[in-house]
Formats: sequence, structure tokens, C-alpha cells
Amino acid sequence: MSRPQPDYKTPGMMLRAEHLTKTYRVAAKEPGVVGALRHLVRRTYREVQAVRDVSFSVEAGEFVGFVGANGAGKTTTLKMLSGLIRPSEGTVSVSGQDPFRRQKAFLRQITLVMGQKQQLIWDLPAQDSLRINAAVYEIDPPEAKRRIGELAEMLEVSSLLKQPVRKLSLGERMKCELLAALLHRPQILFLDEPTLGLDINAQEAIRNFLRQYNQTFAATVLLTSHYMADITALCSRVLLIHEGQLIYDGALADIVQRFAPYRELEIRLAEPRTSEELETFGEVANLDGLSVRLIVDRSKVRDAVVRVFEELKPTDLYVKEPAIERIIGPLLKGQGLGPSDG
Amino acid sequence: MTRMRRFCRAFAAELVTAFALTTTYRAELLLWALSGTLPIILMGVWSEAARTGEMPYSPAEMARYFVAVLFVRQMTFVWVIWEFEEQVVSGTLSHALLRPIDPVWNYVANHLAERIVRLPIVFGLVGLCFALYPSAIFVPSPSAIALTILAVLASFTVRFALQYTFAMMCFATERASSVEGLSFAAFVFLSGMLAPLDLYPSWVATLAGWTPFPYLIYVPARILIGEPVAIWHSFGVLTGWAVLLIVTQRCLWWWGLNRYTGMGA
Repeated sequence: MSRPQPDYKTPGMMLRAEHLTKTYRVAAKEPGVVGALRHLVRRTYREVQAVRDVSFSVEAGEFVGFVGANGAGKTTTLKMLSGLIRPSEGTVSVSGQDPFRRQKAFLRQITLVMGQKQQLIWDLPAQDSLRINAAVYEIDPPEAKRRIGELAEMLEVSSLLKQPVRKLSLGERMKCELLAALLHRPQILFLDEPTLGLDINAQEAIRNFLRQYNQTFAATVLLTSHYMADITALCSRVLLIHEGQLIYDGALADIVQRFAPYRELEIRLAEPRTSEELETFGEVANLDGLSVRLIVDRSKVRDAVVRVFEELKPTDLYVKEPAIERIIGPLLKGQGLGPSDG
Repeated sequence: MTRMRRFCRAFAAELVTAFALTTTYRAELLLWALSGTLPIILMGVWSEAARTGEMPYSPAEMARYFVAVLFVRQMTFVWVIWEFEEQVVSGTLSHALLRPIDPVWNYVANHLAERIVRLPIVFGLVGLCFALYPSAIFVPSPSAIALTILAVLASFTVRFALQYTFAMMCFATERASSVEGLSFAAFVFLSGMLAPLDLYPSWVATLAGWTPFPYLIYVPARILIGEPVAIWHSFGVLTGWAVLLIVTQRCLWWWGLNRYTGMGA
């Protein structure tokens, strides 16, 4: 059966997924000795749809965040986009090519960084892995030396390249991983949890570097991360995936409009009030002395503000959008997005 | 730069790094080499048997044969299935698949680098054998040395291709090395590692002739010690097996990639 061919010719389109679906066949085995014996005699399998009918496109130079809980389908999608696994259904085009064919021209254009898996050789200095990458990606030695110097300076790892990788800290190792992954100057970056387990300073350094790389080389970046700070700092656009399905594709700022139909009222009271008194204005999210934070339905904000001024006589009042973290947080924990689930 | 030159540069970089890595693991390599000294034990057993019983070999000839077996076995040792299995199970194969060079060249480079580092250890073991059995000392002729190098290269190629073909089963089962163990049992029995094949019953020797195994140890060992061997026939069989296995491996490779899930990564 022939698959529908996506339109590769849209100007500026770097990446396009259409009705992408991936189904895994997983052995179903009951625990214990009886389960093991039964499995030995008669194997049973179940089908797990890791990704279901996902469609989106990314333009050249975009920095897109890919957000979802563990097992939501982020990594499976990245694997299909990078050509590691073949989609069960649907089509994918990256830079006008079918990733699964893994042609050399395609592989030279992309990189996949996995926070949990390293490509550097553990017992040798990073320099050795870089030498292989330079040769494999056909970068002339003087050019490779120049690029290594440039990237090492950006990542602040110049003094670490001659140390065995196993002697480096997690943050230093990830910086060297990025150096190795970007030495061939890929135009498309698939980054799967690149800041996983790093301390705040290292996360910040990686973020700054990625921003700089994206701007300097106009690279297209698809980033998954469990740290919302990564997403909010780097991505203007977000793809939300939940149980294998894409539930949001749009601007990060618009998530608030779409998934949080409420505002937050931060009030500085003139005199102490009880929770019961305050609940007539909205849901009390926090009450600490004279400071109170209320959650109010977006359609009722105007009335609530008027009433607060009239009845509570506050010394200060702010109307705020809820923080992105507070909206996406439940999704990252696998709880969905509540009543607003799209 | 031509395509071949670019490939050679990439392979040379793989080889240099593999060499650096092998020297890092030199103690482990020494232990691996020592674990492959079964022929020294068999040399003692069979030399004694040749001294006391009726054999077509004298004790010195028998000892010489097993010295040659030791050398060929050490120089054609292959472990690619364990490396590949570990990469598939842990998901680190994913990185290798995303580089614009076939992963097999990394495994080949690792084996070649290991062989270079192993060579002095092998010569040390051969020296030990000669010290234990001075009557076994022999100096191969230049033509025997040249033919042995070719035979060892051909044997290594077939062994590598055979094990790498079995390694493709990793795409279907997580323990392909266990399945390969069956092939290894046949290899040990039919390759002439336990005894010269002309001591086997004729039907076993005939059966062995239908497999690649006698050409992997027995034939190169006989070439090294200067015993008569059907050279053209042997190299023809080795070439045939190499081609068959490489074609089979490539087919299974593409089949496997369709099944690959990049688990753990």
C-alpha cells in the first residue's frame, strides 16, 4: 500500500510529520513462576500505541519545545524524526528527506542528543571521540580543530577535552556531548532531555549555549525537557503531547489562554481575613498573613476586582496570568490538563 | 577527496581510537588471551597420547599442530556479537546508527586494534609452548608465513561474518549470543581445535567439510606447520562462505532495522 506523500516543497519547511503513529508489540507476561512458565509455552503480546496520529511541521530556524509526561510519546516521536525507527503509519519528512532511509546527506544534517545516553567513549578523553567524529563527518583536520576550539570556548570546556570522560562531572560531560554532537554543524537538532540531572548552573550554561547555537547557525531545534525553565527560556513554540496524542501546538504564551481559563489575583490586605471570608471572591490558592492569592475564573475577574476593592480595601492588588509551569506541571506529572484538556 | 580516501580517513580514525581504547584495557586483554589457551592443554594430552599409542602423528608433530592451532585461534578470535548485543539492549546502537558510516567498521576497527595489541601476548604464549615442548620448535618457511597470513585473514573474515550474522538475531531476541553458542559448539568440535580432523571418523570429517569450520582453524594451522593442504580449494571455500555470510548479514541487517525500537534510548 502506497503512503500519501507529504508536500516537501513548502518554502522554509524543515520538518513535517503527518499522521505519525507508532505501535509497539510488547510481550505480555504475568509475574511469578507460573507466569514465566505460561509465557514459555504460549507467548502473548499486546500492542501499545506510543504515538497516535501526530501531525505538525516546523520551519527552518524554529526552536520548538516538545512537552509531555514520561511515556507520553516524546522520545518515540524524536526517534521517528531522526530515522532511528520506522513509523507504523504516517509520513515524516526532515529537510525534504525520509529519515528512515538514513542517507549520508541526511545524517550530516541532523544530530540527536540524549541526556540519558552518551556517545563519548567513556574511558578515553573527549578529544578521541571528537577526532572520530571529525573524520566520519568528513571535516578537514584544520577546520575540525577550529570548530572544536570555537565550540569548546562557547561551552567553556577547552581545558576538559584531554581528560578521560569518566573523570568529568555530569554537567561537563553533557557539554562535551553537545560539542561532539554539534561538531559537524547540524542544521537540525533533536535534543532529548539534554539538561537531565544537571545542577542549575549547568542547566543555565547549556541553555545559553543552545540559544547561541540556534541564533548563530539558524538551526532548527526540537527540544524535550522535564525542566520547564528550559522550555520557557528557549522555546517560543510548544508541542504538548499526552498519551501519544498531540493536544496543543502553538505559541508558549497562548498556552495560558488555551489551558488556563482563570487569572490569579495577588492581594495585599489592609487587615487579616479568614479563608472563609475570602472564598466569596474566588478560590484561595494561598493565604499568608496579609498576603493572599486568589484563583478567579477569567470571565469573573472584573467583578471580583471591583468587589475586592469595595469590600476588602486592599493596600495592593495585581491581576496575573498563571505561571506556565503551573499549567504544564500537571501534564508533566501525567495528570493531563483537567477540564481544559484539548 | 575521493570517496575511498574519505572512508580510509574515517576508518583510520576509528582504528587509532580503538587502539587507544585497547591499550587502556590491556590487563583485561591479557586475561582474555590467557583464557584461550585450551590448545596448550590439548597439546599436552595429545602429545602424550601420540607417545604411548598408535597415531599418524609423532609427539613433536602433535605439539607443533597445537602450537599452530593456538596461534590461529588467538589471531582469529571474534567477539562482535557481545558488543552488538550490549549496544542493542542498552540502546547505544542508536548513536552508531545516526553516524554516516556503517557501525560494522567500528567493530572491525576494534577487532583489528585488539589484534595488534594481542600479538605480543600470542608470541609469548607460543614461546611458552616451545619452552614446555622444545621438540615442537619449528621455523615456518617464508611461503608458509605468507599463506598463513592470508589464511588467518580469510578465517577471521568468515568468523567475523558468521558471528555478526548471528548478532542480527539481537533484533528479535535480547540474547542472541546464547543462540550463537550452538554454532560455537560446532565450531570447537569441527574446526580441528580439539584434535586434528584426520583423527576423526571419516564421516565426521566429511560432515565437517560441508561447514566452514575446518577452514577456520585446521587448514590455517596445517599451512603454518607446512603440512599439505588443498590451498585453492580451501581459499575458494572460505571466499564462498564469506560472500554467503556477508549477503545474509546485509539482508538480516535491513530486516532488523525495521524491527529496531531503540529501547533504553
